[in-house]
Amino acid sequence: MQTNISAAADPVESAAMEKRNSLSVKDHMKAYISHPGSGIMMLLTMIGAVLTFALLFFLIGYVLVKGIPYLDASLFSFTYTSENVSLLPSLINTLIMTVVSLAIAAPIGIFAAIFLVEYAAKGSKFVKLIRITAETLSGIPSIVYGLFGMLFFVTTLKWKMCLLSGALTMVIMILPLIMRTAEEALKSVPDSYREASFGLGAGKLRTIFTIVLPSAVPGILAGVILAIGRVVGETAALLYTAGTVAAVPSSLMGSGRTLALHMYVLSSEGLHVNQASATAVVILAFVLVINGLSGYVAGKIAKG
Amino acid sequence: MKVVFFIAACASVLAVFLICVFLFANGLPAMGKIGPLKFLLGTEWRPTNDKFGILPMIVASIYVTAGAIIIGVPIALFTSVFMARYCPKKIYKPLKSGIELMAGIPSIVYGYFGLVLLVPLIRQLFGGTGSSMLAACILLGIMILPTIIGVTESAIRSVPESYYEGSLALGATKERSIFFVVLPAAKSGILAGVVLGIGRAIGETMAVIMVAGNQPRMPKGLLQGVRTMTANIVTEMGYASGLHREALIATGVVLFVFILLINLSLSLLNRRAEHAN
Repeated sequence: MQTNISAAADPVESAAMEKRNSLSVKDHMKAYISHPGSGIMMLLTMIGAVLTFALLFFLIGYVLVKGIPYLDASLFSFTYTSENVSLLPSLINTLIMTVVSLAIAAPIGIFAAIFLVEYAAKGSKFVKLIRITAETLSGIPSIVYGLFGMLFFVTTLKWKMCLLSGALTMVIMILPLIMRTAEEALKSVPDSYREASFGLGAGKLRTIFTIVLPSAVPGILAGVILAIGRVVGETAALLYTAGTVAAVPSSLMGSGRTLALHMYVLSSEGLHVNQASATAVVILAFVLVINGLSGYVAGKIAKG
Repeated sequence: MKVVFFIAACASVLAVFLICVFLFANGLPAMGKIGPLKFLLGTEWRPTNDKFGILPMIVASIYVTAGAIIIGVPIALFTSVFMARYCPKKIYKPLKSGIELMAGIPSIVYGYFGLVLLVPLIRQLFGGTGSSMLAACILLGIMILPTIIGVTESAIRSVPESYYEGSLALGATKERSIFFVVLPAAKSGILAGVVLGIGRAIGETMAVIMVAGNQPRMPKGLLQGVRTMTANIVTEMGYASGLHREALIATGVVLFVFILLINLSLSLLNRRAEHAN
Protein backbone atom coordinates (compact mmCIF):
# COMPACT_ATOMS: atom_id res chain seq x y z
CA MET A 1 0.00 0.00 0.00
CA GLN A 2 2.77 2.39 0.93
CA THR A 3 5.41 0.96 -1.38
CA ASN A 4 7.04 3.86 -3.01
CA ILE A 5 7.73 3.09 -6.64
CA SER A 6 9.86 6.13 -7.26
CA ALA A 7 12.15 5.46 -4.33
CA ALA A 8 15.16 6.01 -6.55
CA ALA A 9 13.93 9.44 -7.70
CA ASP A 10 14.98 12.64 -6.01
CA PRO A 11 13.92 13.06 -2.37
CA VAL A 12 11.61 16.02 -2.95
CA GLU A 13 9.50 14.11 -5.44
CA SER A 14 9.36 10.93 -3.34
CA ALA A 15 8.25 12.95 -0.31
CA ALA A 16 5.48 14.48 -2.40
CA MET A 17 4.52 11.01 -3.59
CA GLU A 18 4.35 9.75 -0.01
CA LYS A 19 2.10 12.64 0.89
CA ARG A 20 -0.23 11.83 -1.99
CA ASN A 21 -0.37 8.17 -0.97
CA SER A 22 -0.99 8.69 2.73
CA LEU A 23 -4.54 8.94 4.00
CA SER A 24 -5.85 11.33 6.61
CA VAL A 25 -8.36 10.31 9.28
CA LYS A 26 -11.03 12.05 7.23
CA ASP A 27 -10.20 9.94 4.17
CA HIS A 28 -10.47 6.80 6.29
CA MET A 29 -13.86 7.86 7.61
CA LYS A 30 -15.09 8.54 4.09
CA ALA A 31 -13.89 5.15 2.92
CA TYR A 32 -15.67 3.38 5.77
CA ILE A 33 -18.91 5.26 5.13
CA SER A 34 -18.92 4.25 1.49
CA HIS A 35 -18.07 0.64 2.50
CA PRO A 36 -20.17 0.08 5.63
CA GLY A 37 -19.39 -3.65 5.73
CA SER A 38 -15.68 -2.89 6.03
CA GLY A 39 -16.40 -0.29 8.67
CA ILE A 40 -18.32 -2.83 10.74
CA MET A 41 -15.53 -5.40 10.47
CA MET A 42 -12.99 -2.77 11.51
CA LEU A 43 -15.13 -1.83 14.50
CA LEU A 44 -15.56 -5.48 15.51
CA THR A 45 -11.82 -5.98 15.31
CA MET A 46 -11.20 -2.99 17.53
CA ILE A 47 -13.91 -4.08 19.98
CA GLY A 48 -12.41 -7.57 20.16
CA ALA A 49 -8.94 -6.25 20.87
CA VAL A 50 -10.13 -3.71 23.42
CA LEU A 51 -12.20 -6.39 25.15
CA THR A 52 -9.23 -8.76 25.45
CA PHE A 53 -6.86 -6.21 26.92
CA ALA A 54 -9.53 -4.60 29.09
CA LEU A 55 -10.27 -8.04 30.56
CA LEU A 56 -6.59 -8.58 31.32
CA PHE A 57 -6.16 -5.21 33.02
CA PHE A 58 -9.43 -5.53 34.87
CA LEU A 59 -8.49 -8.99 36.16
CA ILE A 60 -5.08 -7.88 37.40
CA GLY A 61 -6.46 -4.66 38.86
CA TYR A 62 -9.35 -6.44 40.55
CA VAL A 63 -7.12 -9.06 42.18
CA LEU A 64 -4.67 -6.40 43.39
CA VAL A 65 -7.35 -4.04 44.75
CA LYS A 66 -9.19 -6.89 46.48
CA GLY A 67 -6.09 -8.44 48.00
CA ILE A 68 -3.59 -5.73 48.91
CA PRO A 69 -5.58 -4.39 51.90
CA TYR A 70 -5.37 -7.84 53.53
CA LEU A 71 -1.62 -8.29 53.13
CA ASP A 72 -0.46 -7.97 56.71
CA ALA A 73 2.42 -9.25 58.79
CA SER A 74 0.47 -12.12 60.39
CA LEU A 75 0.18 -13.72 56.94
CA PHE A 76 3.96 -14.04 56.95
CA SER A 77 4.52 -15.64 60.34
CA PHE A 78 6.61 -18.78 60.44
CA THR A 79 4.00 -21.26 61.60
CA TYR A 80 0.52 -21.77 60.26
CA THR A 81 -2.35 -21.70 62.70
CA SER A 82 -6.04 -21.66 61.88
CA GLU A 83 -6.13 -18.06 63.14
CA ASN A 84 -3.32 -16.45 61.20
CA VAL A 85 -3.59 -18.75 58.11
CA SER A 86 0.00 -17.82 57.36
CA LEU A 87 1.13 -18.25 53.81
CA LEU A 88 4.85 -18.30 54.56
CA PRO A 89 5.14 -22.12 54.92
CA SER A 90 3.39 -22.52 51.57
CA LEU A 91 5.71 -19.93 50.06
CA ILE A 92 8.76 -21.84 51.27
CA ASN A 93 7.25 -25.10 49.98
CA THR A 94 6.71 -23.44 46.61
CA LEU A 95 10.38 -22.45 46.46
CA ILE A 96 11.51 -25.96 47.43
CA MET A 97 9.16 -27.49 44.87
CA THR A 98 10.42 -25.15 42.13
CA VAL A 99 14.10 -25.76 42.89
CA VAL A 100 13.76 -29.55 43.10
CA SER A 101 11.67 -29.94 39.96
CA LEU A 102 13.92 -27.61 37.95
CA ALA A 103 17.08 -29.31 39.21
CA ILE A 104 15.75 -32.53 37.68
CA ALA A 105 13.83 -31.28 34.65
CA ALA A 106 16.33 -28.72 33.36
CA PRO A 107 19.29 -31.10 32.83
CA ILE A 108 17.04 -33.78 31.29
CA GLY A 109 15.33 -31.27 29.02
CA ILE A 110 18.56 -29.60 27.92
CA PHE A 111 20.35 -32.93 27.35
CA ALA A 112 17.39 -34.20 25.34
CA ALA A 113 17.52 -31.03 23.24
CA ILE A 114 21.28 -31.51 22.71
CA PHE A 115 20.61 -35.03 21.49
CA LEU A 116 17.89 -33.85 19.12
CA VAL A 117 19.91 -30.97 17.67
CA GLU A 118 23.52 -32.19 17.74
CA TYR A 119 23.40 -35.97 17.50
CA ALA A 120 20.17 -37.35 16.04
CA ALA A 121 19.86 -37.85 12.29
CA LYS A 122 17.32 -35.32 11.01
CA GLY A 123 13.94 -36.86 10.32
CA SER A 124 14.77 -40.26 11.79
CA LYS A 125 11.94 -42.35 13.25
CA PHE A 126 13.26 -41.94 16.78
CA VAL A 127 13.30 -38.14 16.52
CA LYS A 128 9.73 -38.23 15.24
CA LEU A 129 8.71 -40.42 18.18
CA ILE A 130 10.29 -38.00 20.67
CA ARG A 131 8.59 -35.07 19.01
CA ILE A 132 5.18 -36.76 19.05
CA THR A 133 5.51 -37.76 22.70
CA ALA A 134 6.67 -34.27 23.71
CA GLU A 135 3.67 -32.78 21.91
CA THR A 136 1.37 -35.27 23.61
CA LEU A 137 2.85 -34.38 27.00
CA SER A 138 2.33 -30.66 26.49
CA GLY A 139 -1.34 -31.26 25.64
CA ILE A 140 -2.15 -33.38 28.70
CA PRO A 141 -4.16 -31.43 31.29
CA SER A 142 -2.65 -31.05 34.74
CA ILE A 143 -5.31 -33.15 36.46
CA VAL A 144 -4.21 -36.18 34.40
CA TYR A 145 -0.63 -35.56 35.57
CA GLY A 146 -2.00 -35.38 39.07
CA LEU A 147 -3.77 -38.74 38.66
CA PHE A 148 -0.65 -40.32 37.24
CA GLY A 149 1.53 -38.90 40.02
CA MET A 150 -0.89 -40.23 42.58
CA LEU A 151 -0.99 -43.70 41.00
CA PHE A 152 2.74 -43.97 40.36
CA PHE A 153 4.67 -42.06 43.04
CA VAL A 154 2.15 -42.05 45.87
CA THR A 155 0.56 -45.50 45.55
CA THR A 156 2.87 -47.75 43.54
CA LEU A 157 6.21 -46.48 44.88
CA LYS A 158 4.56 -45.98 48.31
CA TRP A 159 6.10 -42.55 48.87
CA LYS A 160 2.82 -41.25 50.31
CA MET A 161 1.85 -37.67 49.50
CA CYS A 162 5.07 -35.71 49.71
CA LEU A 163 7.02 -32.87 48.15
CA LEU A 164 9.14 -35.31 46.14
CA SER A 165 6.07 -36.97 44.56
CA GLY A 166 4.79 -33.52 43.67
CA ALA A 167 8.14 -32.34 42.34
CA LEU A 168 8.57 -35.41 40.12
CA THR A 169 5.05 -34.95 38.76
CA MET A 170 6.01 -31.35 37.94
CA VAL A 171 9.18 -32.61 36.24
CA ILE A 172 7.12 -34.57 33.72
CA MET A 173 4.82 -31.62 33.25
CA ILE A 174 7.49 -28.99 32.51
CA LEU A 175 9.81 -31.32 30.59
CA PRO A 176 8.25 -30.69 27.14
CA LEU A 177 8.37 -26.93 27.69
CA ILE A 178 12.07 -26.93 28.59
CA MET A 179 12.89 -29.40 25.82
CA ARG A 180 11.17 -27.32 23.14
CA THR A 181 12.64 -23.97 24.13
CA ALA A 182 16.13 -25.46 24.57
CA GLU A 183 15.86 -27.12 21.16
CA GLU A 184 14.88 -23.82 19.53
CA ALA A 185 17.73 -22.06 21.31
CA LEU A 186 20.32 -24.65 20.23
CA LYS A 187 19.05 -24.60 16.65
CA SER A 188 19.43 -20.83 16.48
CA VAL A 189 23.18 -21.08 17.19
CA PRO A 190 24.81 -20.58 13.76
CA ASP A 191 26.62 -23.60 12.30
CA SER A 192 29.68 -21.42 11.69
CA TYR A 193 30.30 -21.44 15.47
CA ARG A 194 30.46 -25.23 15.47
CA GLU A 195 32.60 -25.36 12.35
CA ALA A 196 35.03 -22.80 13.74
CA SER A 197 35.31 -24.80 16.96
CA PHE A 198 35.90 -28.06 15.06
CA GLY A 199 38.39 -26.22 12.86
CA LEU A 200 40.39 -25.25 15.94
CA GLY A 201 40.59 -28.92 16.86
CA ALA A 202 37.94 -29.09 19.58
CA GLY A 203 36.02 -32.32 19.95
CA LYS A 204 32.25 -32.62 19.70
CA LEU A 205 31.61 -32.56 23.46
CA ARG A 206 33.93 -29.62 24.00
CA THR A 207 32.22 -27.74 21.18
CA ILE A 208 28.80 -28.39 22.70
CA PHE A 209 29.69 -27.40 26.25
CA THR A 210 32.03 -24.46 25.63
CA ILE A 211 30.68 -22.98 22.38
CA VAL A 212 27.09 -24.01 21.59
CA LEU A 213 25.52 -24.10 25.07
CA PRO A 214 26.87 -20.73 26.27
CA SER A 215 25.53 -18.99 23.17
CA ALA A 216 22.14 -20.66 23.66
CA VAL A 217 21.85 -19.70 27.34
CA PRO A 218 19.35 -16.81 26.98
CA GLY A 219 16.88 -18.96 25.02
CA ILE A 220 17.20 -21.86 27.43
CA LEU A 221 16.83 -19.51 30.38
CA ALA A 222 13.63 -17.99 28.96
CA GLY A 223 12.14 -21.50 28.80
CA VAL A 224 13.29 -22.35 32.31
CA ILE A 225 11.72 -19.17 33.66
CA LEU A 226 8.42 -20.03 31.98
CA ALA A 227 8.66 -23.47 33.59
CA ILE A 228 9.04 -21.78 37.00
CA GLY A 229 5.79 -19.98 36.28
CA ARG A 230 4.06 -23.28 35.58
CA VAL A 231 5.26 -24.79 38.87
CA VAL A 232 4.30 -21.75 40.93
CA GLY A 233 0.77 -21.69 39.51
CA GLU A 234 0.06 -25.39 39.48
CA THR A 235 -2.74 -26.75 41.63
CA ALA A 236 -4.55 -29.73 40.15
CA ALA A 237 -1.41 -31.83 39.61
CA LEU A 238 -0.22 -31.25 43.18
CA LEU A 239 -3.45 -31.69 45.14
CA TYR A 240 -3.11 -35.48 45.35
CA THR A 241 0.67 -35.78 44.97
CA ALA A 242 2.15 -33.19 47.32
CA GLY A 243 -0.84 -33.03 49.63
CA THR A 244 -2.21 -30.07 51.54
CA VAL A 245 -0.42 -30.01 54.90
CA ALA A 246 0.12 -26.36 55.80
CA ALA A 247 3.68 -26.60 57.13
CA VAL A 248 7.19 -26.92 55.83
CA PRO A 249 8.02 -30.65 56.05
CA SER A 250 11.30 -31.74 57.63
CA SER A 251 12.34 -33.61 54.48
CA LEU A 252 11.30 -34.01 50.87
CA MET A 253 9.38 -37.10 51.89
CA GLY A 254 6.89 -35.04 53.90
CA SER A 255 3.70 -33.49 52.64
CA GLY A 256 3.36 -29.73 52.17
CA ARG A 257 1.14 -27.39 50.20
CA THR A 258 2.40 -24.85 47.71
CA LEU A 259 1.10 -21.30 47.45
CA ALA A 260 -1.45 -22.08 44.74
CA LEU A 261 -2.74 -25.06 46.73
CA HIS A 262 -2.90 -22.90 49.85
CA MET A 263 -5.08 -20.48 47.95
CA TYR A 264 -7.33 -23.26 46.66
CA VAL A 265 -7.82 -24.72 50.13
CA LEU A 266 -8.58 -21.29 51.61
CA SER A 267 -11.11 -20.34 48.97
CA SER A 268 -12.82 -23.73 48.87
CA GLU A 269 -13.20 -23.75 52.66
CA GLY A 270 -14.78 -20.33 52.30
CA LEU A 271 -13.73 -19.25 55.81
CA HIS A 272 -10.77 -17.09 54.92
CA VAL A 273 -11.76 -15.33 51.72
CA ASN A 274 -9.76 -12.21 52.57
CA GLN A 275 -6.59 -14.21 53.15
CA ALA A 276 -7.25 -16.02 49.86
CA SER A 277 -7.39 -12.60 48.19
CA ALA A 278 -4.05 -11.67 49.73
CA THR A 279 -2.55 -14.98 48.58
CA ALA A 280 -3.82 -14.25 45.06
CA VAL A 281 -1.82 -11.00 45.14
CA VAL A 282 1.36 -12.86 46.11
CA ILE A 283 0.88 -15.44 43.35
CA LEU A 284 0.10 -12.74 40.82
CA ALA A 285 3.21 -10.80 41.88
CA PHE A 286 5.28 -13.95 41.29
CA VAL A 287 3.73 -14.43 37.85
CA LEU A 288 4.28 -10.78 36.88
CA VAL A 289 7.95 -10.92 37.90
CA ILE A 290 8.49 -14.27 36.17
CA ASN A 291 6.87 -13.07 32.96
CA GLY A 292 8.82 -9.83 33.04
CA LEU A 293 12.08 -11.73 33.54
CA SER A 294 11.34 -14.16 30.74
CA GLY A 295 10.45 -11.30 28.41
CA TYR A 296 13.62 -9.45 29.40
CA VAL A 297 15.81 -12.50 28.77
CA ALA A 298 14.07 -13.23 25.48
CA GLY A 299 14.61 -9.59 24.48
CA LYS A 300 18.34 -10.10 25.05
CA ILE A 301 18.36 -12.87 22.43
CA ALA A 302 16.62 -10.67 19.91
CA LYS A 303 19.37 -8.09 20.34
CA GLY A 304 21.97 -10.85 19.85
CA MET B 1 28.28 -38.80 26.78
CA LYS B 2 26.14 -39.47 23.72
CA VAL B 3 24.44 -42.24 25.70
CA VAL B 4 23.53 -39.77 28.46
CA PHE B 5 21.97 -37.40 25.94
CA PHE B 6 20.13 -40.31 24.37
CA ILE B 7 18.73 -41.45 27.72
CA ALA B 8 17.58 -37.89 28.47
CA ALA B 9 15.84 -37.79 25.11
CA CYS B 10 14.05 -41.03 25.97
CA ALA B 11 12.57 -39.44 29.10
CA SER B 12 9.53 -38.00 27.31
CA VAL B 13 8.85 -41.31 25.57
CA LEU B 14 9.12 -43.11 28.89
CA ALA B 15 6.82 -40.56 30.57
CA VAL B 16 4.07 -40.96 27.98
CA PHE B 17 4.43 -44.74 28.17
CA LEU B 18 4.19 -44.77 31.97
CA ILE B 19 1.22 -42.40 32.02
CA CYS B 20 -0.67 -44.57 29.53
CA VAL B 21 0.15 -47.81 31.34
CA PHE B 22 -0.73 -46.58 34.81
CA LEU B 23 -3.93 -44.79 33.82
CA PHE B 24 -5.28 -47.62 31.72
CA ALA B 25 -4.19 -50.37 34.11
CA ASN B 26 -5.95 -48.65 37.02
CA GLY B 27 -8.97 -47.33 35.17
CA LEU B 28 -10.03 -50.02 32.72
CA PRO B 29 -10.71 -52.77 35.32
CA ALA B 30 -13.23 -50.49 37.03
CA MET B 31 -14.94 -49.88 33.70
CA GLY B 32 -15.11 -53.65 33.26
CA LYS B 33 -16.59 -54.16 36.74
CA ILE B 34 -19.21 -51.46 36.34
CA GLY B 35 -19.87 -52.38 32.72
CA PRO B 36 -18.49 -50.10 29.99
CA LEU B 37 -21.92 -49.08 28.73
CA LYS B 38 -23.33 -48.51 32.21
CA PHE B 39 -20.27 -46.43 33.02
CA LEU B 40 -20.16 -44.31 29.87
CA LEU B 41 -23.90 -43.95 29.26
CA GLY B 42 -25.29 -44.18 32.78
CA THR B 43 -26.95 -40.93 33.84
CA GLU B 44 -26.75 -41.51 37.58
CA TRP B 45 -23.64 -40.90 39.68
CA ARG B 46 -24.33 -42.12 43.20
CA PRO B 47 -21.17 -43.67 44.62
CA THR B 48 -22.92 -44.63 47.88
CA ASN B 49 -25.42 -46.76 45.92
CA ASP B 50 -22.74 -48.16 43.62
CA LYS B 51 -24.15 -46.25 40.67
CA PHE B 52 -21.33 -44.93 38.52
CA GLY B 53 -22.65 -43.33 35.33
CA ILE B 54 -20.50 -40.51 34.01
CA LEU B 55 -22.63 -39.39 31.07
CA PRO B 56 -23.68 -36.20 32.94
CA MET B 57 -20.01 -35.29 33.39
CA ILE B 58 -19.11 -36.05 29.76
CA VAL B 59 -22.03 -33.97 28.51
CA ALA B 60 -21.17 -31.16 30.95
CA SER B 61 -17.54 -31.13 29.78
CA ILE B 62 -18.66 -30.92 26.16
CA TYR B 63 -21.25 -28.19 26.85
CA VAL B 64 -18.87 -26.09 28.91
CA THR B 65 -16.14 -26.43 26.27
CA ALA B 66 -18.57 -25.54 23.49
CA GLY B 67 -19.72 -22.49 25.45
CA ALA B 68 -16.14 -21.39 26.00
CA ILE B 69 -15.42 -21.76 22.28
CA ILE B 70 -18.53 -19.77 21.33
CA ILE B 71 -17.50 -16.95 23.66
CA GLY B 72 -13.73 -17.11 23.22
CA VAL B 73 -13.16 -17.78 19.52
CA PRO B 74 -14.76 -14.63 18.03
CA ILE B 75 -12.98 -12.37 20.53
CA ALA B 76 -9.68 -14.20 19.98
CA LEU B 77 -10.07 -14.09 16.20
CA PHE B 78 -10.70 -10.34 16.11
CA THR B 79 -7.89 -9.70 18.59
CA SER B 80 -5.41 -11.68 16.52
CA VAL B 81 -6.45 -9.81 13.36
CA PHE B 82 -5.82 -6.63 15.32
CA MET B 83 -2.43 -7.86 16.51
CA ALA B 84 -1.32 -8.98 13.05
CA ARG B 85 -2.77 -6.23 10.88
CA TYR B 86 -3.91 -3.14 12.79
CA CYS B 87 -1.70 -2.80 15.83
CA PRO B 88 0.57 0.29 15.74
CA LYS B 89 4.23 -0.76 15.98
CA LYS B 90 4.80 1.27 19.15
CA ILE B 91 2.28 -0.57 21.31
CA TYR B 92 2.75 -4.01 19.74
CA LYS B 93 5.43 -5.20 22.17
CA PRO B 94 3.60 -4.33 25.39
CA LEU B 95 0.37 -5.82 24.04
CA LYS B 96 2.15 -9.02 22.98
CA SER B 97 3.66 -9.43 26.44
CA GLY B 98 0.19 -8.72 27.85
CA ILE B 99 -1.11 -11.75 25.99
CA GLU B 100 1.82 -13.82 27.23
CA LEU B 101 1.04 -12.66 30.75
CA MET B 102 -2.58 -13.72 30.27
CA ALA B 103 -1.37 -17.19 29.34
CA GLY B 104 0.89 -17.23 32.40
CA ILE B 105 -1.76 -16.36 35.00
CA PRO B 106 -2.46 -19.60 36.91
CA SER B 107 -5.89 -21.17 36.63
CA ILE B 108 -6.40 -20.86 40.37
CA VAL B 109 -6.24 -17.06 40.03
CA TYR B 110 -8.76 -17.16 37.17
CA GLY B 111 -10.94 -19.39 39.34
CA TYR B 112 -10.71 -16.96 42.25
CA PHE B 113 -11.62 -14.10 39.90
CA GLY B 114 -14.65 -16.05 38.72
CA LEU B 115 -15.64 -16.95 42.26
CA VAL B 116 -15.54 -13.45 43.72
CA LEU B 117 -16.75 -11.51 40.68
CA LEU B 118 -18.47 -13.62 38.02
CA VAL B 119 -20.55 -15.84 40.31
CA PRO B 120 -22.06 -12.99 42.40
CA LEU B 121 -22.66 -11.03 39.19
CA ILE B 122 -24.63 -13.89 37.63
CA ARG B 123 -26.51 -14.37 40.90
CA GLN B 124 -27.58 -10.74 40.89
CA LEU B 125 -28.44 -10.56 37.20
CA PHE B 126 -30.23 -13.87 36.69
CA GLY B 127 -30.95 -15.22 40.16
CA GLY B 128 -30.09 -18.72 41.33
CA THR B 129 -26.84 -19.52 43.11
CA GLY B 130 -24.61 -18.07 40.43
CA SER B 131 -22.36 -21.13 40.39
CA SER B 132 -23.46 -22.28 36.98
CA MET B 133 -22.58 -23.51 33.54
CA LEU B 134 -22.72 -19.91 32.30
CA ALA B 135 -20.04 -18.82 34.77
CA ALA B 136 -17.82 -21.72 33.71
CA CYS B 137 -18.33 -20.94 30.00
CA ILE B 138 -17.45 -17.27 30.40
CA LEU B 139 -14.43 -17.97 32.58
CA LEU B 140 -13.08 -20.65 30.24
CA GLY B 141 -13.81 -18.38 27.27
CA ILE B 142 -11.47 -15.83 28.85
CA MET B 143 -8.85 -18.43 29.76
CA ILE B 144 -8.50 -19.85 26.24
CA LEU B 145 -8.06 -16.38 24.66
CA PRO B 146 -4.23 -16.24 24.86
CA THR B 147 -3.86 -19.78 23.50
CA ILE B 148 -6.00 -19.12 20.45
CA ILE B 149 -4.67 -15.59 19.86
CA GLY B 150 -1.06 -16.80 19.86
CA VAL B 151 -1.60 -19.55 17.28
CA THR B 152 -4.02 -17.56 15.11
CA GLU B 153 -1.78 -14.49 14.97
CA SER B 154 1.19 -16.47 13.71
CA ALA B 155 -1.10 -18.27 11.22
CA ILE B 156 -2.27 -14.90 9.86
CA ARG B 157 1.30 -13.65 9.70
CA SER B 158 2.45 -16.69 7.75
CA VAL B 159 0.08 -15.89 4.84
CA PRO B 160 2.23 -14.41 2.03
CA GLU B 161 1.96 -10.62 1.85
CA SER B 162 1.26 -10.89 -1.90
CA TYR B 163 -2.24 -12.29 -1.17
CA TYR B 164 -3.11 -9.17 0.77
CA GLU B 165 -1.53 -6.80 -1.73
CA GLY B 166 -3.15 -8.59 -4.66
CA SER B 167 -6.55 -8.18 -3.08
CA LEU B 168 -5.94 -4.48 -2.38
CA ALA B 169 -4.80 -3.99 -5.96
CA LEU B 170 -8.10 -5.47 -7.16
CA GLY B 171 -9.85 -2.67 -5.30
CA ALA B 172 -10.96 -4.50 -2.16
CA THR B 173 -10.91 -2.56 1.09
CA LYS B 174 -8.42 -3.42 3.83
CA GLU B 175 -11.07 -5.28 5.83
CA ARG B 176 -12.35 -7.23 2.81
CA SER B 177 -8.78 -8.26 1.99
CA ILE B 178 -8.12 -9.41 5.54
CA PHE B 179 -11.37 -11.23 6.23
CA PHE B 180 -12.02 -12.73 2.79
CA VAL B 181 -8.51 -13.33 1.45
CA VAL B 182 -5.97 -13.56 4.27
CA LEU B 183 -8.13 -15.37 6.85
CA PRO B 184 -9.32 -18.13 4.47
CA ALA B 185 -5.68 -18.71 3.51
CA ALA B 186 -4.79 -19.09 7.21
CA LYS B 187 -7.72 -21.47 7.76
CA SER B 188 -5.87 -24.56 8.95
CA GLY B 189 -3.64 -22.58 11.30
CA ILE B 190 -6.67 -20.89 12.84
CA LEU B 191 -8.44 -24.22 13.18
CA ALA B 192 -5.36 -25.61 14.94
CA GLY B 193 -5.59 -22.72 17.40
CA VAL B 194 -9.25 -23.45 18.07
CA VAL B 195 -8.53 -27.16 18.62
CA LEU B 196 -5.74 -26.22 21.03
CA GLY B 197 -8.27 -24.03 22.83
CA ILE B 198 -10.71 -26.96 23.03
CA GLY B 199 -7.97 -29.06 24.62
CA ARG B 200 -7.27 -26.36 27.20
CA ALA B 201 -10.95 -25.89 28.01
CA ILE B 202 -11.83 -29.56 28.38
CA GLY B 203 -8.81 -30.22 30.61
CA GLU B 204 -9.20 -27.17 32.83
CA THR B 205 -9.87 -28.17 36.39
CA MET B 206 -9.38 -25.70 39.22
CA ALA B 207 -11.09 -22.70 37.65
CA VAL B 208 -14.10 -24.79 36.66
CA ILE B 209 -14.46 -26.36 40.10
CA MET B 210 -14.62 -22.96 41.72
CA VAL B 211 -17.43 -21.60 39.57
CA ALA B 212 -19.46 -24.46 38.08
CA GLY B 213 -21.36 -25.66 41.15
CA ASN B 214 -20.32 -29.33 40.73
CA GLN B 215 -23.72 -31.03 40.93
CA PRO B 216 -23.38 -34.47 39.31
CA ARG B 217 -26.55 -34.44 37.21
CA MET B 218 -27.42 -33.93 33.59
CA PRO B 219 -26.97 -30.27 32.58
CA LYS B 220 -30.42 -28.69 32.46
CA GLY B 221 -29.76 -25.07 31.67
CA LEU B 222 -27.16 -22.33 31.51
CA LEU B 223 -27.94 -21.16 35.03
CA GLN B 224 -27.85 -24.62 36.63
CA GLY B 225 -24.75 -26.04 38.24
CA VAL B 226 -22.83 -28.73 36.36
CA ARG B 227 -19.90 -31.01 37.10
CA THR B 228 -17.27 -31.67 34.46
CA MET B 229 -15.11 -34.79 34.26
CA THR B 230 -12.12 -32.91 35.68
CA ALA B 231 -14.17 -31.57 38.58
CA ASN B 232 -15.52 -35.05 39.30
CA ILE B 233 -11.98 -36.35 39.83
CA VAL B 234 -10.81 -33.56 42.11
CA THR B 235 -13.90 -33.17 44.27
CA GLU B 236 -14.21 -36.84 45.20
CA MET B 237 -10.69 -38.26 44.99
CA GLY B 238 -9.91 -36.95 48.48
CA TYR B 239 -12.20 -39.39 50.28
CA ALA B 240 -12.93 -42.08 47.69
CA SER B 241 -11.88 -45.69 48.18
CA GLY B 242 -12.41 -49.05 46.50
CA LEU B 243 -14.55 -49.13 43.38
CA HIS B 244 -15.45 -45.46 43.82
CA ARG B 245 -11.78 -44.51 43.59
CA GLU B 246 -11.28 -46.74 40.57
CA ALA B 247 -14.32 -45.19 38.90
CA LEU B 248 -12.75 -41.75 39.38
CA ILE B 249 -9.53 -42.96 37.78
CA ALA B 250 -11.64 -44.37 34.95
CA THR B 251 -13.13 -40.88 34.56
CA GLY B 252 -9.55 -39.70 34.14
CA VAL B 253 -9.04 -42.36 31.46
CA VAL B 254 -12.07 -41.08 29.52
CA LEU B 255 -10.72 -37.53 29.79
CA PHE B 256 -7.29 -38.75 28.67
CA VAL B 257 -8.81 -40.44 25.59
CA PHE B 258 -10.62 -37.19 24.73
CA ILE B 259 -7.30 -35.32 24.99
CA LEU B 260 -5.48 -37.90 22.86
CA LEU B 261 -8.13 -37.54 20.15
CA ILE B 262 -7.80 -33.75 20.28
CA ASN B 263 -3.99 -34.04 20.08
CA LEU B 264 -4.31 -36.36 17.10
CA SER B 265 -6.56 -33.97 15.17
CA LEU B 266 -4.19 -31.15 16.10
CA SER B 267 -1.17 -32.88 14.60
CA LEU B 268 -3.19 -33.73 11.47
CA LEU B 269 -4.19 -30.05 11.15
CA ASN B 270 -0.60 -28.90 11.66
CA ARG B 271 0.60 -31.27 8.99
CA ARG B 272 -2.02 -29.85 6.62
CA ALA B 273 -0.98 -26.31 7.46
CA GLU B 274 2.64 -27.20 6.70
CA HIS B 275 1.70 -28.72 3.36
CA ALA B 276 -0.36 -25.65 2.47
CA ASN B 277 2.66 -23.41 2.87
